[in-house]
Amino acid sequence: MSIAPLRPVDARDRGILVPAVVSIPTIHNEDELRRYLSALSGVDAVGVESRVAKLSTRSLKKSTKLTAIDLAISMVDLTTLEGADTQGRVTSLCTKAMRPDPSDLAVPAVAAVCVYPDLVAHARRVLGDSPVAVASVATAFPSGRASLSVKLLDVAEAVQAGADEIDMVIDRGAFLAGRWGQVFDEIVAVKAACGSAHLKVILETGELVTYDNVKRASWIAMLGGADFIKTSTGKVGVNATLPFALVMLEAARDFAEQTGQLVGVKVAGGIRTTKDALKYLVVVNETAGATWLTAEFFRFGASSLLNDLLMQRLKQRTGAYVRPDEFSGD
Amino acid sequence: MSERLDVKKTYKLVVNGAFPRSESGRSYQVVAADGKFLANVAQASRKDLREAVVAARAAQIKWWNATAYNRGQVLYRWAEMAESRREELVEHVQLAEGLKKKDAQLSVARAIDRIVWYSGWTDKVTQVLGGANPVAGPFFNFSLPVPSGVIGVVAPQQSSLEGFVEAVAAPICVGNAVVALASELRPTPAIVLAEMTATSDFPGGVLNVLTGFTGELVAPLATHEDIDGVDLTGSGELSDELARLAAGSIKRVYRARANDDENSLRQLRTFVETSTVWHTIGQ
Repeated sequence: MSIAPLRPVDARDRGILVPAVVSIPTIHNEDELRRYLSALSGVDAVGVESRVAKLSTRSLKKSTKLTAIDLAISMVDLTTLEGADTQGRVTSLCTKAMRPDPSDLAVPAVAAVCVYPDLVAHARRVLGDSPVAVASVATAFPSGRASLSVKLLDVAEAVQAGADEIDMVIDRGAFLAGRWGQVFDEIVAVKAACGSAHLKVILETGELVTYDNVKRASWIAMLGGADFIKTSTGKVGVNATLPFALVMLEAARDFAEQTGQLVGVKVAGGIRTTKDALKYLVVVNETAGATWLTAEFFRFGASSLLNDLLMQRLKQRTGAYVRPDEFSGD
Repeated sequence: MSERLDVKKTYKLVVNGAFPRSESGRSYQVVAADGKFLANVAQASRKDLREAVVAARAAQIKWWNATAYNRGQVLYRWAEMAESRREELVEHVQLAEGLKKKDAQLSVARAIDRIVWYSGWTDKVTQVLGGANPVAGPFFNFSLPVPSGVIGVVAPQQSSLEGFVEAVAAPICVGNAVVALASELRPTPAIVLAEMTATSDFPGGVLNVLTGFTGELVAPLATHEDIDGVDLTGSGELSDELARLAAGSIKRVYRARANDDENSLRQLRTFVETSTVWHTIGQ
């Protein structure tokens, strides 16, 4: 077991109340990790679901809604993760990422494009020196069923090709079998392979099933050095849901308060409408706080969501409902 | 044995082949022609309209992909359904419009006959509105009527059933999907007839009917960019302003006139586009 590397962002700089003496837990072996995770309180499932249901009824109006839509656009990781991806498709995705609505320069660029490792170099070329980051899934995405050396090579090649962010998957098999130390070690090793690239750790909440598992996996990822914890790959039946997101946001908040370090949260898979996206923003604000309401600490992994955000944005401005083919497909 | 309780009907929207309440949760009271309470009816919101357009857009593709012959059969089946529930429709029209029973019977019969009339038109529109064009070369050149897409209908306010049928059957017959606002004060006959599309083999979403306040819903209908044509017959003095709004997204606009010939093809022609196809003459 190794000691988790330090993360750069200090919660105190962002107005989070942190004890004068922060305790950054150092995990030396699996027993320590197990003790640490056992000390976490269980998640009140009924409480989580009722809180989410209540927050979902909030509605944002007028200028707040417009601001929230722009914020959501700036948080999108515009994603294409298909076997049929081509350079041409990635080119159009990158073009759209830099200028989502060519008819309105006020629309912000998205946070990143997210592609498979072999298309990173191409995305990097198209994006040039624009502020849009290149994120790449790695570590034998989406199943994670490969040896550690293969996973590390996957990461190293993506970073080499110019990826700014790496989305790794945890070994759900090992996690569910109780081999938490193995999961932790892999995250630490991948973090080291990332170098200066940001690391997003995909928990695949749909396969972890329970809130308690999601909470434990979140802590393992954060202790292991994750810059972001991410809900899902988008490749299994159950993707991001509001209750899972709430559990992860609470974990990120608690982690910041205890260690003084800020970890972001990314929700991915199945978020297609502006209405859904705004519900997530409400949950972020009410759970972790406004510090997380920035692309630095909250992201949407999505493809079709962007068009719906642009449609709603235009509707808010012109008053007329918009034709879906007003905006390009991919 | 205790006395049986009435089973009272709440009139709901017809959207995407389902019968939802308004997403807004609102409803309004409708009174019969004699001023007595008739029913509680869903009061649709702009968001219901938006959902209905999404449903119509998806359904229109399926509807137009069916053969013209099949569309005719489906429309005819709608007439069959209405015929078997004729007495019920007569009662609704009588209450809504305050007609004598005999007049209501005649009105319902005319409405059903008009559905049959349009069911016959589905595979004949092409011959009448299309054609083979003379060209100077070894090609065939055809002009074919194709549906405009999604049509927004503001159904007539007075004629609750006949007027409704006249407004929705024509655009549906040529392959469009329809989002219709039923008469504000007399919505029940239209809702009952629209419910029958569920048992007529229409793909869900070909005919969507919203009930509610016409004044609240017509502007979003006229400006909605994903609606390709509007029938503004029931919008009264708002109709000129709505036609102007509709021009913003280049919609086809139709308004029935008092002296329209019932055999006129103006309405059918309004809601089709002409597609011209070149084809080489084979050996």
